[in-house]
Amino acid sequence: MNSVQLIENDVVSVSDSPSPILKMKGISKTFSGVTVLKNINLELYKGEVHALMGENGAGKSTLIKILSGIYQPDANGGSIIYKNNSVTWSGPVEAKKQGISVIHQELKLSPNLTISENILMGTKFPENKFGMVKWDDVYHKAKEILHSMGSELNPKTIVSTLSVAQQQVVEIARALSYNADVLIMDEPTASLTDKEIEKLFEIIEDLKKKGVAIVYISHRMDEIFRISNRYTVLRDGEWINSGPIKETNPEHLVKLMVGRELNSLFKRHTKVATSRVDDTKPALEINGISDKRVVKNVSFKIYPGEIVGLAGLVGAGRTELIRTIFGASQKTGGEILVNGEKVNITSPNDAIRHGIAHVPESRKEQGLFLNMSVKENIIMNELKKFRKAGKLNWKEIDQKADYLIKELGVKVSSSEQLVANLSGGNQQKVVIARWLSIGPKVLLLDEPTRGVDIGAKTEIHKIISKLAEAGLAVLVVSSELPEILGISDRILVMHEGKLQRHLTRQEATQEKIMFFATGGE
Amino acid sequence: MKANTTVVTTDKARYGKEALQIWNRLGMLIILVLLCAVLAFTAPNFLEMSNLLNVLKQVSINGVLAAGMTLVILTGGIDLSVGAIVALSGVVSVMISQAGIHPLVSISAGLLVGAFFGLVNGFFTAKTKLPAFIVTLGSFTYVRGLAYVISGGYPIVVESDLFKFLGAGRLFLIPTPIYIMVIVYIGMFFVLKYTMFGRHVYAIGGSEEAARLTGIKVERTLMKVYSLSGLLAGLAGVVLAGRLFSGQPTAGLGYELDAIAAVILGGTSLTGGIGRIQGTIIGVLIMGVISNGLTLMDVGYYWQLVVKGGVIIAAVLIDRLRSQSQSL
Repeated sequence: MNSVQLIENDVVSVSDSPSPILKMKGISKTFSGVTVLKNINLELYKGEVHALMGENGAGKSTLIKILSGIYQPDANGGSIIYKNNSVTWSGPVEAKKQGISVIHQELKLSPNLTISENILMGTKFPENKFGMVKWDDVYHKAKEILHSMGSELNPKTIVSTLSVAQQQVVEIARALSYNADVLIMDEPTASLTDKEIEKLFEIIEDLKKKGVAIVYISHRMDEIFRISNRYTVLRDGEWINSGPIKETNPEHLVKLMVGRELNSLFKRHTKVATSRVDDTKPALEINGISDKRVVKNVSFKIYPGEIVGLAGLVGAGRTELIRTIFGASQKTGGEILVNGEKVNITSPNDAIRHGIAHVPESRKEQGLFLNMSVKENIIMNELKKFRKAGKLNWKEIDQKADYLIKELGVKVSSSEQLVANLSGGNQQKVVIARWLSIGPKVLLLDEPTRGVDIGAKTEIHKIISKLAEAGLAVLVVSSELPEILGISDRILVMHEGKLQRHLTRQEATQEKIMFFATGGE
Repeated sequence: MKANTTVVTTDKARYGKEALQIWNRLGMLIILVLLCAVLAFTAPNFLEMSNLLNVLKQVSINGVLAAGMTLVILTGGIDLSVGAIVALSGVVSVMISQAGIHPLVSISAGLLVGAFFGLVNGFFTAKTKLPAFIVTLGSFTYVRGLAYVISGGYPIVVESDLFKFLGAGRLFLIPTPIYIMVIVYIGMFFVLKYTMFGRHVYAIGGSEEAARLTGIKVERTLMKVYSLSGLLAGLAGVVLAGRLFSGQPTAGLGYELDAIAAVILGGTSLTGGIGRIQGTIIGVLIMGVISNGLTLMDVGYYWQLVVKGGVIIAAVLIDRLRSQSQSL
C-alpha cells in the first residue's frame, strides 16, 4: 500500500501538475468540549504566500499549531495531506524535520545565548572528531544565513542586547536554517520598522522563488495585498472563504472577517483646537524632559479634550518618553506640569496621584494580572475606595466592576472569568477600564491596539475618542500610521529620542510622518 | 442518531471539564479524606479523639510557618530562613524570660526578632532585587549562627508557665497550639481576601511589573510579606520553645522545607499569584496525617523521611499537572 503511494508521489512531482504541497481537509479541533475549529480547509502551493486572515479568536493560532504539530486534530477531525501523503505529526519536532517551520509572534529565543547559537538551535552543531563543537563553523554558518537575508548582524552578539526588531531577524534566520518547505509567519512585522519590513519582503520574495510555501498572518491590509497570492479567511473557528488575492479588496476581506460591513477605519470628528489654546491651561505640559537612555530634551503640551498622536520608528524613544512621564523610568532632566502646576513624579504611584494613567505597551506582562479575574483586574487601582475599616467590600466591588464592564463593552461570561481567557481586544478594554476608575486627567496609551482584531480596534478607538470628549488629555503612541492619522488632533513625531516635528491634523500625511520619523528636517 | 452521539460526546467532555475544576478546587481535600479513610482501617487508634488532637498539635508549628510561607510564595518568592528564625526567636525569648522579665515582654521580643529578620529578608529582596532564594539562603545560615552565638550552643531551659502553656498546655481539653494555628489561619484568610494588602500580594505574584505600573507599592508590600513570614516564624519559635521547655539553637532544622512542601501540596503555584490559604492548611494536614499514620503503623523515623521526600516530589508533580490542565 505504502509503496503504491510512493510511486504515485513520484508521478505527481514529475508531471508538475499544480497539486498543493500541503492540504488540510475538514480539520476540526475541540478543547474539553469547546469547538475551536470546525471543518477547516486550507491548500498551500509551492512558491506562494498564503494570507491567513481572521479576527483574534477566529482560530488562526490553533490552526497553525495543528499545522506545525503542536496540537493534533480531533479523532475523525479531518486530515492533513503533505507532499501527497496523509500525515499525523507526533509533535513540533517531527513537523520541523519534515520541513514545516514557524516564526512565532512572541519571540522564542534564548536571550542569554549568541545569535549564532539561536539560529542553529535545533540543528546539529558542526563538531570535530572528538565531539567538540567547532565554533568557527557555527559562526560561519550563522553568518551565511544572516547574509542571505541581507543582515549585517554579528553572529557572536548575545541576543538579549538586541532590539526587538533585530531579534525578529534572528527568529526568521532560525526558521530559514531548517530549509523549510512550508514557512508560517505569525505577524512577523508587528515590531519591525518600515526599512526592516522592506527587507523582510525581499526575503519573502526570495523564498517564493525558491519554492517555499508561506503562510502569512497579519492584521495589516497593505502588507497582505502587497505580498500574498491567495487568502483564506476564518471566522469563529469556521472556514469562510479562500481565493486569489487579486479577486478581492480590503473592504471585502474585512467584511468576510467580521461578518458585517465596516467603514474602513475609525475616523474621529475633531474640533479645530486653536482658539481654546489661549484660555485653557494644558492638562499636561512637558518641559525639556530627558531620560538616561534615549529621550532628549522633549517639550510639548496637551490640552484637555485633545488626542495627541506620538509617531516614530521603533527605538525612537516613544515608549521611553511616556514611561518617563509616568515615573516608570527615571527622569534625568526637565519638568512635568499637570493643570499648570509643577509636579514631582518619581514613581508610577506619584503619577497616578496626579491623575496620570498609563496603558503599557505589553498587555500581558505589564498591563494585566493574568492570574486574576476580570473583576479584580478592573478594580485593582481603586481598591482603596472599597475599604471599610480596612476590610474590602466585595459586594460593592462587584457592582462597580459590572458597571465598568458594561460601560466599555467588555465581552465576558462573568466578571469572575480569568482575564487570561479573554481576547486581546477585551483584555485591552479591561486595562483601560481600570484607569477610568481613578478619574484621570491625562491618559497615556502605548500601542493600544497592537494585536487587536479590527472589530475591537474600532471599539477601542471609539472609547478613546469618548474619553477625550469627556475632557481627558490623551497621548497615543502607535506604530500604525492610519491609526495615528485616524484619531489624533495633533501629531508629534519622534526621531532618535528627540521631538522631530509637530504636525497638525490637517497637514499630516503618512508620507510626511515617515519623512520626519526617519530624520528629515 | 448522529446528532445524539455528538450530544453525548460533548456532554462527556463537559463532565470532564467540570471534574477537572472540582479536582483543581478539592483535589487535595479528597486525597486527605481518602488518606484518613485508609488510616482508619489500617492504623490502630487513628480515629481516636486523643490521636486526632495529637495530629493537630503536631502540625501546628508547621501550620503557622506554612501560613507565612503561603504569602511569600504567592508573591513568587521563597523564604528559606523560617527554620532558623524559629531557633533564634525561641532562644532570645527564653533568655529574656529567664532574666526575670515578664513572659509577655519576652514573648513579644521573640515575635519581634522574627519580624525583624523577616524585614531584613524583605528589604534585600525588594530593594536590591536579589533573588529571594539567595537572600533567605543567607539568613538561613546567619540567623542560625546568631542563635548559636547567643545561646553558646546549649539549650536554655525555660521556667515561665506562660511559655509552657503556649507550647504544651490545654484550654478546654484542647492543646493550646491548635488554637494558635486556627487563629493564624482565620487571620490569614481574612488578610488575603479582605484587605488591599492581600490582593496586592496576588497582583505582585501575577506580574510585578504590572503591579508597579498600577501604582502598587511593590517594595513596601514585599517587605510586609517577608516581615509577616518572619513574625509567624517567631511565633512558631516561641510555641516550640514552650513545647520543648527550652530555647534550643538546633530547633527548627529543616522546618522551612516542610512549610514549603505543605504550601505546594495545598495548590499554591511556585511561580506566584495562584493559591489559597485553605489549600495550605490541607497540605499541612496531609503531611501530618501521613507522618502520624506511619508512626501508628510502627514505621520507623528513617523510613518516614523517605516517604516524606516522595510526597514532596509528588506534590510538585501535581502542581505542574494542575498548571498544565489550566493552561488548556
